[in-house]
Amino acid sequence: MSGFSFATQLIYVLAASCFVLGLHLMNTPATARRGNQFSTAGMVIAIATTLALVAHAGVISSTGWIVMLVGALIGGGIGLYSARTVQMTAMPQLVSMFNAVGGGAAALVAIHDYIRVAGAVHGVAESTTVTTLLDVIIGSVTFSGSIIAAGKLQGVITSAPVTFPGSRVVNLLLGAIGLGAAGYVIATPGLPALWIVIVAALAFGVTMVMPIGGADMPVVISLLNAFTGTAVAMAGFVIGNWALIIAGALVGASGGILTKLMADAMNRSIGNIIVGGFGTGDTAVAALPGAGAGVTAIAADDAAIQLAYAQKVIIVPGYGLAAAQAQHEVAELADLLESRGVDVTYAIHPVAGRMPGHMNVLLAEANVPYPQLKEMDEINPDFARTDVALVIGANDVTNPAARRPGTAISGMPILDVDQAKSIIVVKRSMGHGYAGIDNELYTNPKTSMYFADAKTALADLTSAVKTLVG
Amino acid sequence: MSTALLTDLTIFVLSLWVGFEVISKVPATLHTPLMSAANSIHGIVLVGAMLIAATTNSWIGYVIAFVAAVFASANVVGGYVVTGRMLKMFRRRPAAPAVTAPAAPAATATAALSRDGQSA
Repeated sequence: MSGFSFATQLIYVLAASCFVLGLHLMNTPATARRGNQFSTAGMVIAIATTLALVAHAGVISSTGWIVMLVGALIGGGIGLYSARTVQMTAMPQLVSMFNAVGGGAAALVAIHDYIRVAGAVHGVAESTTVTTLLDVIIGSVTFSGSIIAAGKLQGVITSAPVTFPGSRVVNLLLGAIGLGAAGYVIATPGLPALWIVIVAALAFGVTMVMPIGGADMPVVISLLNAFTGTAVAMAGFVIGNWALIIAGALVGASGGILTKLMADAMNRSIGNIIVGGFGTGDTAVAALPGAGAGVTAIAADDAAIQLAYAQKVIIVPGYGLAAAQAQHEVAELADLLESRGVDVTYAIHPVAGRMPGHMNVLLAEANVPYPQLKEMDEINPDFARTDVALVIGANDVTNPAARRPGTAISGMPILDVDQAKSIIVVKRSMGHGYAGIDNELYTNPKTSMYFADAKTALADLTSAVKTLVG
Repeated sequence: MSTALLTDLTIFVLSLWVGFEVISKVPATLHTPLMSAANSIHGIVLVGAMLIAATTNSWIGYVIAFVAAVFASANVVGGYVVTGRMLKMFRRRPAAPAVTAPAAPAATATAALSRDGQSA
């Protein structure tokens, strides 16, 4: 190893250290911005080093320079534009697209490396082939799977599970073809079999995500994020670059942790979500408002008075709030209540929203200060001391039935909303949530149901508080 | 199994553990910015795209290098910018008054030294 390449490897390790430090600083909202800057400093160091390395080696053609720079400029421009213009409600789609291109780029690195080696006269070392194939397979699955996930989130593709008779057989078949072709590539190196691997992996990505319902998307995005990281790490093996290996492993770990957290919060195993292919789309089953025994309905005025004269209110926002894009309305109501001296906090279930942490971002955008955003374990003991719990568009995560064995959601971690002194639920209808079972919270004598769209309901509540108790 | 592969594997496994350790401390509040920051970090694959452009001399190599460079740099720039945009929205108090006048000058100095002291 020459002095120069020794130095560049050391600088790559420095860049990777910046990534670790940057992620570490994300442990509090106060330091997270500095963390993001640290990670990016690491990225700038890594890219500058690579430029120096390329220039020093001196084998790059002028076409190579143009391809590299123009490609980076175009990609950077696309990234900048989408990052600046994306709505916060559309973050899951954007992250999914970023997963897609990351996985795609990683797969391309391995494909090129294989073409180059296959073009050479000498054979391929076995270990190189294994990591190359892993990179190609994981990267391709991530690429097509993430595009489908983004399409489902955007509503271009139906968010309902798409299944057809024998779809599981097709999945198995694609897996078998891909792995068989991969085995063939290892046994007898050659390009045609690699193309089969790529096509099978791309098709598998599609058939893997199509049957997964909209409600499971937080798990899918996290899982694909982990895949992308792993693919990038494999690309690091292929080209022998530590920065890629370390960065890819960090992202893989991050995606892995989030996948586990989301699956636990939904009471589903990861395998169950992937092969299951059930789960619902965005729309709850419609039912007549007020249907069901023992349900108390409430009007805006009464609800407003309860809220205005409470000492402590906990707002429980759910998927329905995000779907109705009512985060600004809820923040306005909370501000109004706070100005009257009511103590207002938000109880955020891990799967509220469409991706990990999504609800927090939506509320932060609506100017809700982050100390008011409480995680499930932190807020649950507070419900007993709460005068009014205002549930907006959250269903299964508030269902006390989860505490009993023998129901579809048994064992699922829930918010202890039923412990509050009184409960107001804003909901369009008595429709079931994702689990498809009755929510026992709604028939609790302490609960009043306010049947309305979240956005309208919150605006009405705000104006009712203003006019009634101004 | 070659030494290089063994080294790479060691680095990979240890980095996974470091990742689990560091990321399990990120609060749920920040999970979305965490994911977009991860998007930016896996844009490191741009290094791979650059090395392809540097070593290839075939048209297919250039095409692959170009597409990979577009993809990876979209990750790097987009991930960084959107993470910054989100983190900027996380405020302790909306439009808080800048000065809250701490009791003693000593306290001010301590607060200035540790900017995140208030988060304790």
